[in-house]
Amino acid sequence: MFRFPSCRRKVIPGFGLSLGFTLFYLGLIVIIPLAATFLKSAELDWSEFRATVGSPRVMASYRLSFGASLAAALVNGVFGFLTAWVLVRYSFPGRRIVDALVDLPFALPTAVAGIALTTIYAETGWMGQWMKEVGIKAAFSPLGIMIALIFVGLPFVVRTIQPVLEDLDAELEEVAASLGASRFKTITKVVFPSVFPALITGIALAFARGVGEYGSVVFISGNMPMKTEITPLLIITKLEQYDTAGATAIAVVMLVISFVLLLLINLLQAGYAGRRA
Amino acid sequence: MIRSHPELRRSVQDPAWVRGGAIALVLLFLGLVLFMPLIAVFREALRKGADAYWAALRNPETLDAVRLTLLAALLAVIFNAVFGLMASWAIAKFRFPGRHILISLIDLPFAVSPVVSGLVYVLLFGAQGVLGPWLQAHGFRIIFAVPGIVLATVFVTFPFIARELIPLMEAQGTDEEESAVVLGANGWQTFWRVTLPNIKWGLLYGIILCNARAMGEFGAVSVVSGHIRGQTTTVPLQVEMLYNEYNFVAAFAVASMLAILALITLVLKSVVEWCAKRKGMVAG
Repeated sequence: MFRFPSCRRKVIPGFGLSLGFTLFYLGLIVIIPLAATFLKSAELDWSEFRATVGSPRVMASYRLSFGASLAAALVNGVFGFLTAWVLVRYSFPGRRIVDALVDLPFALPTAVAGIALTTIYAETGWMGQWMKEVGIKAAFSPLGIMIALIFVGLPFVVRTIQPVLEDLDAELEEVAASLGASRFKTITKVVFPSVFPALITGIALAFARGVGEYGSVVFISGNMPMKTEITPLLIITKLEQYDTAGATAIAVVMLVISFVLLLLINLLQAGYAGRRA
Repeated sequence: MIRSHPELRRSVQDPAWVRGGAIALVLLFLGLVLFMPLIAVFREALRKGADAYWAALRNPETLDAVRLTLLAALLAVIFNAVFGLMASWAIAKFRFPGRHILISLIDLPFAVSPVVSGLVYVLLFGAQGVLGPWLQAHGFRIIFAVPGIVLATVFVTFPFIARELIPLMEAQGTDEEESAVVLGANGWQTFWRVTLPNIKWGLLYGIILCNARAMGEFGAVSVVSGHIRGQTTTVPLQVEMLYNEYNFVAAFAVASMLAILALITLVLKSVVEWCAKRKGMVAG
């Protein structure tokens, strides 16, 4: 039994029960199933594993998943920053409603977003028909995947930047202005550097979500092998073909990638949280 | 805050054309990205009139899907709420080695792709899985059955309530609980009368988020469900099946239920945020 250095803490009961239950439940739901996946992948033959995760079709899906997620995250970086800025700094009628609606992608089930976006961007849809006229194919192309990932990722960027902008002292900007800096210079030299770490974190969060996203993408992507097939879909395809080993191999690659991304994001967040405090 | 000189104030305010332009650009972007899909759901659902809409909602398979979704969401909320309370009590009220690692581990399910979240249970409980042969020999069925759907839903919503409660309980410290114990309250009395009233808005907030995700989860549930009509289809899976059968009106009608649920979630979330802020009880 662990003894606490301070007597005060011992006053409150329930440490053993609450920590015990926490570890038990965490182990049962999260740790054991994840460990089982790595265990299962260890049964795979190494050359077979490499052949699966490095096959041309799987490589094409990585390129697509990473490329579309990165493009969508960068678009969200620009518009998410602008959205956060407008919501924090300007007042306009309906601001609170717009603010609440930014969370829609968190609340709306991904499958619903997926079929709605497909309808809008198909050749007969509201956006699709005029995009077709200028020669752009939106639905059933990588562009469609990017559009779905912009929808899914937007709140990550806005909600990461917003609190930092709110905390930002307006006096700092006044000081810069009173020392003769132009408004443009104040924003680029004073405001932007303070918000930058949060912006990068938001973009990274949107990117990480995009790489694993499934529901909103499968409908709009068209799922053509080598062209519009994302990595999570390939896992499902392998599973439906009873290729459990193949599905496991790709899943392990995705798990390692998401853990690395999680680690990077935590480091980023620790970095700017430290600076804010 | 110190009042600054009006001229200085003006110098940090953007000109009207910049403000107007930025607001217009943001509204246009959000309109395109957020409003339009929402409108499209209802328009497509009502394309063939109200009768077709109601008929789609009253379909027995749809009602079965609603029942299963309600069951999975209810169980996910109960399990994860109990876990959230236990975990935040242990982590916020005590100091022990490995505390920060534990917080990171709780967040882990957020980093995992929904498809992989479903797959891990298939690899554990499926026919080819680690425990598969044993389960089969004893007549238990988890994958392609209701328990698998519940498990996958619990996994993807695992951190929601805990991550709301941990910072909130940490911010409130231990003084009130210590006073209660010193004055003779036992553990449960301290929890029910002192801690719970302090965290009720945070708990409610976590429950709302957990419930919304649980009812809408698609990827993870899709992997473990097997899509058996009337038995293992949740509402989002029912939407997918109807859509893939080109039954668009019915697909969007069922989807509109989920869209209404999303809007209710946003309203409740805003109300709880407002209440919590007013009482000064908000995390972060």
